[in-house]
Amino acid sequence: MATTETTPGRHPNWYGHATGDKFGKVADAPVGFGHMKRKEDARFIRGLGDYMDDVRLPGMLHSAIVRSPYAHARINSIDTSAALAHPKVAAVIIAKDLETLGLAWMPTISYDTQAVLAGDKARFHLQEVAFVIATDAYAAQDALQLVDVDYEVLPAIVNCRKTLDPDAPLIRDDKVGQTDNLASPLWEAGDKANCDRVFAEADVVAKRTILDPRCHPCPMETCGMVADMNPATGQLNIYNGNQAPHAHRTVYAQVAGLPEQNIRILCNDIGGGFGNKVPVYPGYVCAIAGSIVAGAPVKWIEDRSENLASTGFARDYLMYSEMCSKNGRITGLRVDAIADHGAFDSTAQATKFPAGFFHIVTGSYDLDGAHCQVKAVYTNKAPGGVAYRCSFRITEAVYLVERMVDALAMEMNVDPIELRMRSFIRADQFPYETATGWVYDSGDYHKAMKLAMEIADYEGLRREQQEKLAKGEMMGIGVSFFTEGVGAGPRRHMDILGLAMNDGAELRVHPSGKAVVSLSAQTQGQGHETTFAQIVAEELGISPNEIMVRHGDTDKTPYGLGTYGSRSTPVSGGAVAVVSRKVRDKARQFAALMLETRAEDLAWEKGRWFVKGDPERGATIESIAEYAYSTSNLPEGLEGGLDANAVYDPPNLTYPFGAYISVVDVDPGTGKVHMRRFIAVDDCGVRINPMIVEGQIHGGLVEGIGQALMEIISFDEQGNCMNASFMDYLLPTALECPTEGFELGETVTPCPHHPIGAKGVGESPCVGSPPCIANAVIDALYQAKGIRHMDIPCFPARVWAAMNGNEQPPQ
Amino acid sequence: MQTPAPCEYSRATSVDDAIAQLQALGGNARILAGGYSLIPMMKLRLANPGHVIDINPIEPELNYIRQEGNEIRIGALTRHVNMLESDLLDRTFPHIFRDAEAVLADPVVRNRGTMGGSLCQSDPAEDLSGVVVALKGRAVLRGPGGAERVVEMDEFHIGPYMTAVGPTEMLIEVRFDVHPGFGGAHEKVERRAGDFAIVAASAGLSIQGGVIREAGVACSAVGPTTMHIKRAEQALVGKAPSEQLFQQAGQIASADCSPNSDGRGPADYKRAVAGVLTQRALSRAAATALRS
Ligand SMILES: Cc1cc2nc3c(=O)[nH]c(=O)nc-3n(C[C@H](O)[C@H](O)[C@H](O)COP(=O)(O)OP(=O)(O)OC[C@H]3O[C@@H](n4cnc5c(N)ncnc54)[C@H](O)[C@@H]3O)c2cc1C
Repeated sequence: MATTETTPGRHPNWYGHATGDKFGKVADAPVGFGHMKRKEDARFIRGLGDYMDDVRLPGMLHSAIVRSPYAHARINSIDTSAALAHPKVAAVIIAKDLETLGLAWMPTISYDTQAVLAGDKARFHLQEVAFVIATDAYAAQDALQLVDVDYEVLPAIVNCRKTLDPDAPLIRDDKVGQTDNLASPLWEAGDKANCDRVFAEADVVAKRTILDPRCHPCPMETCGMVADMNPATGQLNIYNGNQAPHAHRTVYAQVAGLPEQNIRILCNDIGGGFGNKVPVYPGYVCAIAGSIVAGAPVKWIEDRSENLASTGFARDYLMYSEMCSKNGRITGLRVDAIADHGAFDSTAQATKFPAGFFHIVTGSYDLDGAHCQVKAVYTNKAPGGVAYRCSFRITEAVYLVERMVDALAMEMNVDPIELRMRSFIRADQFPYETATGWVYDSGDYHKAMKLAMEIADYEGLRREQQEKLAKGEMMGIGVSFFTEGVGAGPRRHMDILGLAMNDGAELRVHPSGKAVVSLSAQTQGQGHETTFAQIVAEELGISPNEIMVRHGDTDKTPYGLGTYGSRSTPVSGGAVAVVSRKVRDKARQFAALMLETRAEDLAWEKGRWFVKGDPERGATIESIAEYAYSTSNLPEGLEGGLDANAVYDPPNLTYPFGAYISVVDVDPGTGKVHMRRFIAVDDCGVRINPMIVEGQIHGGLVEGIGQALMEIISFDEQGNCMNASFMDYLLPTALECPTEGFELGETVTPCPHHPIGAKGVGESPCVGSPPCIANAVIDALYQAKGIRHMDIPCFPARVWAAMNGNEQPPQ
Repeated sequence: MQTPAPCEYSRATSVDDAIAQLQALGGNARILAGGYSLIPMMKLRLANPGHVIDINPIEPELNYIRQEGNEIRIGALTRHVNMLESDLLDRTFPHIFRDAEAVLADPVVRNRGTMGGSLCQSDPAEDLSGVVVALKGRAVLRGPGGAERVVEMDEFHIGPYMTAVGPTEMLIEVRFDVHPGFGGAHEKVERRAGDFAIVAASAGLSIQGGVIREAGVACSAVGPTTMHIKRAEQALVGKAPSEQLFQQAGQIASADCSPNSDGRGPADYKRAVAGVLTQRALSRAAATALRS
């Protein structure tokens, strides 16, 4: 059931800087939806969070990883004797040791295999080769250089354009029958013949080669684990901040053959995930194996360089694309993409499609035809391909389509917003099936775009741009309009190793009327402890401050697949709404007993059941809770207590969308891009806590600025990773944010199939903003110099090269 | 987790004690000032000193900015934040220190990083070194037995991460001559706030009677050490300030620097930007000088 009820306490629909007024109003918790400070922040801002590295167990050992200095090298031998002779070293694990446990290779969720430790060959720079366990972290590091590895260096290939050449070195000689570097067969979506016909009939065709370069999610807290195998009981406690604790437990049971009931995963506070903490990494497997071998808890925490160089990169899609128009409207799109997976396809994605959701590439447009094909390749680069703050490959798809619309507008010589307006799916077309087979739930794209133009004063900006141009100044205006598909997802399209993507919720209302709701979703900073309490509050009328949200301990929470792909509110949020309604229904039975009437004669208002036609006669949820636990007067079929369980199986994805406009100034002398304005109108359906939604949007926009302007993981000719520290991998700071602040707006188109009408939003800004900023920079270059394309990241040297007509793709 | 290799640590009780310790340890020791260059290198195990001598306990002796006669003297342990906030410095050398310190790293680094550490690190991308070169600062080095020598900047930085400071010497102070009619500026282009410069240019001019009497031009991150662009200075001195003159000085900077291609940009880009920034720094310096 969709709800259209308005959110209490919603602020006017846009503002510039956060003002005292706005934040002054949030002190009291609304009983339900509305602005409310995050409950969890009290501990975070006081430094009382409890993170991975805070875990200290008695007798705990520490570890460090020996890594390959070469991108591609045969390993002739590994001598660990000197390391083992170090007085503080407890054990050194190499591939051979893992083989005896059947753990030398592990399956990936993309149906490939990945070496846990390199045994035969190292296949990427800084690949894991040996795992050193010592009594303290210093000693573990000291002992790294005592492990003697005899490498025979092989030619490496890091260029996805050349990796299928006949003379390219074969990377995956471990795979029987593999003769080239193709990672999986060509995969396609859309009707090719129809698409070709649409192109044949087009008046204008724009063609671009677009790179979405390799970047990294870079959570502040790196990955790590403390594995604690109790030799006496066989109980394995795993302390590990990951985004999907229940799925990880099942994977450990399947991969390591450990009894699932003996595994307990405990996630404490997580210092950011962004997709980086979805996969199972070699370090985790080694920590578990290490604890089994050493008979003591083993801690592994990667350092920043290891995080950047080896765990969970994102993007790395090269896309040859064409978009066409007829009679002034976009009609067709075709894309031929190369997905660069690195040495192993461990793409963290849960769909049944090899390229994830990439074929959502038709974006927000009503096209006559579309076709996309994706070729996946191996290179001597780190594996990963995580969905960095997006559903699987949607960022790549949105980046492509939004760059292409601008390119087409350029070729057609029409305004890029005008072309979008002419080509959008109309509000009356929803539910809308795209040319590649997605069914969008709801939307009003024209309305959101118009609101963004109004906030921006789009026409005024274009005038200003012309004035500046006359003075030799370079100003750019960028646009993007994205549609995301989030909340994975329906069984027919999605699973993880066969597991359906459902999420459970368990709600217990205690005799005092206070409640605990347990989730399978796993917060990494998204504010779950507040948002989910507010959903229960909205449904039951209990204050969110009196509802504890429990997550992160597989022994204490119901099964479910975790938090990524903006799925917490779409899936777990659905579960929480459903479980709350179950409790409400049960409360109705008790209320009928209390009020000596029939349940059908009762009506609900927030927090209380009352007798229809006699509203004075009612029972509050608090009094019902007390009664539910204390009455001895229970009829047949009604059990005491006030609690329930639910498992939510999402019928479809939810499709949030947004209209973004950005303004940049480019220094003609240095190529430096200055972000001046960013207007973001987001529609994520019903907003539970608008303040958290805005926080998510702010954060995601900053990450988009990073990707558009500075972030890249690149490699030299030998395959060395060039960005394995914060000196070389730049994250944006407050000073790179728009000088005029983020200007947010909202429209609300409820999700028709979600219990509370909400869609996901965590990832929207990070998906929608990179093309918006790229388009702004290119607009500046085009207006001043006629330059039609450049790839991101737009850092000064690259913009300057583009300005002078000789930009090269950054990888 | 990044951890440094095993290493001994001691605290200095005076400058002479620090020097005595250096002498006793025979080349295996490093001075620890703010630690913002040394500690990261140790954690990455790029630097593996057997011993670090912490000079922070002698901050009262070495943190100062003062005028003596016609000289400004800055102690080696003066923090970036002190130079950023010093009115004396900004009055005497408007606004070159403030310009550079405002874009040098971030507040956390500026709270601890020091004059001495910046110069002795001899990273060619250092902002403050550019300023010191442009102002023709002189480094005072003290060795065993209290022996002091004064070294010009052109002799101080002898290569990347290499200075004239001997193994048993310490930098204790930097001295600058005060010039009337001074104006200065520091221009930097960086990939992101707080990053080291892609290129930076520092310029100081002393203008009297409509004529440039003294000129200092230095560029950072475009050579093995901070580049002192002497030919530009020669081109400027004795002339009336003009945009055309500054453009010419910029062209000289472009020609005389010797950048490498790296992750921050290719050499041709850095060369071009060295010219642009030199010109911009000079024209701001001149505007300030003419106001002062
Ligand atoms: C994140 C970050 C960003 C930065 N960004 C910039 C930037 O944008 N621009 C910029 O210019 N710099 C930047 N820096 C460097 C910063 O300026 C450092 O603080 C400074 O270079 C070193 O000063 P320190 O006192 O910390 O030196 P330390 O690290 O303590 O020492 C550096 C070296 O100098 C030696 N040394 C120190 N004092 C003396 C002395 N008195 N006599 C002899 N030898 C001595 C030490 O032995 C060591 O070899 C950055 C640093 C960081 C960590």
